[in-house]
Amino acid sequence: MSPHRHHVRPARPSELLTGSRGARARARRRRARFLIELPLTLWMVLVWGALWQDFSPGNLVFGFVISLAVVATFKLPPVELSGRFNVWHGLVFALRFMWQVIKASIHVMIVAVFRGPTVRNAVVGIRMRSHEDLMATALGHVLTLIPGSFVVEVDRTTSTLYLHVLDINDKEQAEAFRQEVRDIEAALIRVMGSREELEALRTEESGGRGSLPSPAPRTEGKP
Amino acid sequence: MIAMALADGGVADTVLDWITAVCMVGGALMSVAAGIGLLRFPDLFSRMHAATKPQVLGLFLLLLAVALQIRAWAAVPVLLLAWLFQLLTAPVTAHMVGRAAYRTKHLKQEKLVLDDLNEVVSEAQRRLDERR
Repeated sequence: MSPHRHHVRPARPSELLTGSRGARARARRRRARFLIELPLTLWMVLVWGALWQDFSPGNLVFGFVISLAVVATFKLPPVELSGRFNVWHGLVFALRFMWQVIKASIHVMIVAVFRGPTVRNAVVGIRMRSHEDLMATALGHVLTLIPGSFVVEVDRTTSTLYLHVLDINDKEQAEAFRQEVRDIEAALIRVMGSREELEALRTEESGGRGSLPSPAPRTEGKP
Repeated sequence: MIAMALADGGVADTVLDWITAVCMVGGALMSVAAGIGLLRFPDLFSRMHAATKPQVLGLFLLLLAVALQIRAWAAVPVLLLAWLFQLLTAPVTAHMVGRAAYRTKHLKQEKLVLDDLNEVVSEAQRRLDERR
């Protein structure tokens, strides 16, 4: 059993007096946690069904029981979804992603064969719009898989990603790469960003803020 | 003749076999690309690109070939899962190796056009020295 099981902490004196209220609060907290973890649990049920290649109700129910046991035994910080998912933008993004994966693979192949040892690279810092960990993870994954880059370092306090980019020969190309990342992040926000992020993106686009922020330390608050 | 072949599904079989062949050769080519990249790139960082990118497409093409030969819907979710786990784990590996390499100074600075992270690190180092 994990030592982080929060519901086995000793009761506070106030709770000893009003035991029922403390129990009710704990039950409420447990229910909220269950709801937050529900999407993850359902995903694990799907994985279970896929692994057995059997999506019959009996197997899925058994998978659900096992998922609950796994979630209860191996406690991790819950993955908090933004509460938004646009299916249409998601589909467009998936198709674009597939196309870009093909392009990126061929690009790496061409660079490997023709440039080889003479290739020039860059480490580019890019400040993200979003402060969410999930968004940073998703963006980091997409950036590693698509445009010839991978994440070297993440600065969570300023939500800056430092990316190593293959085949960058001058500052203009680095700037073009920055713009590409901003576009990919905008597409991701349209798919699964929170409402606030989407709102910020809309005002940014209507305001036409052309200049890109450089990775200097920024003032706290809205970018 | 053609009508008989169509009734047997023979033509469709041939076409699917050809698509499978193209997918397998394409997937193998991507592995070759990764291998060439590992051999020819000058430092760890550019090699990580070769190790993470082409194989994503390569594995997709090979799994597509498997799906085309099995032709059972029950196999599709598990193949998709195999690809998805590749998509999820390859970037994490690249990040962990890259981060460790940067911190242990395995980066060849002369191969870089621009290094934003170095500016931040040296600035932090300067402030640390001032405080001492």
